[in-house]
Amino acid sequence: MSDSQGLLWEVFVQSKPGQPHKHSGSVHAHDKEMALQNARDLYCRRSEGTNIWVVPASEIVASSPEDIESFFDPSNDKVYRHPTFYTVPEGITHM
Amino acid sequence: MTKQEALYIYLLRLADQHLILGHRLSEMSSKGPFLEEDIACSNIALDLIGNANHILQYAAEVEGKNKTADDLAFLRDERNFYNTFLAEQPNVDFAYVMVRHFFADVFDSLVYAELTKSSDETLAAIAAKALKEITYHLRHTSKWIIRLGDGTEVSKTRVQNAINELYRFTGELFEMNEVDTILINEKIACDLSALHTPWLAKVNAVLTEATLTLPSDTFMQRGSRNGVHTEHLGFLLAEMQHLHRAFPGAQW
Repeated sequence: MSDSQGLLWEVFVQSKPGQPHKHSGSVHAHDKEMALQNARDLYCRRSEGTNIWVVPASEIVASSPEDIESFFDPSNDKVYRHPTFYTVPEGITHM
Repeated sequence: MTKQEALYIYLLRLADQHLILGHRLSEMSSKGPFLEEDIACSNIALDLIGNANHILQYAAEVEGKNKTADDLAFLRDERNFYNTFLAEQPNVDFAYVMVRHFFADVFDSLVYAELTKSSDETLAAIAAKALKEITYHLRHTSKWIIRLGDGTEVSKTRVQNAINELYRFTGELFEMNEVDTILINEKIACDLSALHTPWLAKVNAVLTEATLTLPSDTFMQRGSRNGVHTEHLGFLLAEMQHLHRAFPGAQW
């Protein structure tokens, strides 16, 4: 992952307080502070956010494409796993 | 000198400092050490030029001769620019760029904090907006000074060389003349001599962490308060002003 541009970091930006951080993209940086500043310069120059997380890309554990069936398919035939029998009360915005 | 004339010169001094620093930094666009830092330098250059634009608009209004910010930026000659020697020094290497901006950012963080209390409401409002940006610029340059100083043998040598070369241009940041006297009386401007000690303290705090030092017994170069400049400003202005002078009134 390392070359003359530094490590790769994944950037997560929170748009408003209380909202989840969402993946925005990645940056190169040589240390934590530089990663934070580069993320701010690339992804938050136009009031996109109120908070930033940066995580070294190498620290992220991801599932593989071949895991798709065993990880994600089994629940489709079990309707009781889906919250379709509940009605969402009015005024609930962040579901 | 009237209060109005003093304010006009004072605003040019503030605006020119950021216009010239910003233009110099914009020369780094596409030449940064890596993509993200290239964007950071371009962003900071835009902040500086944007602030210069605000101040020049106000300066044009204060002058009252129906000029625009563009007229003041592009149609004045070298002897009528009041930026310091420090701002116009060339981008010798990345260490020079960071040291030049670090010295300037520490100074600006002190001056603009004072100017938010100015009795001139327009100037106070401009300062309050700029101060947020300056706080970020200072964070960016401080961290680079520490990284370079406390980095490799090469980076430390280069950043120390840049400090040794550029320190001589920091004395005139604190130089005052009749303009300051008039405006301090009106509570519009701040007393720069009171900012020298906090400037040295902040600079030394970062340099200590970076295992770097300021040179001792440096002769301080002076002249910009009277519109005198080093040989570098003329070339910078030639490039910056060429388009506007070749095509008067050109629009983007």
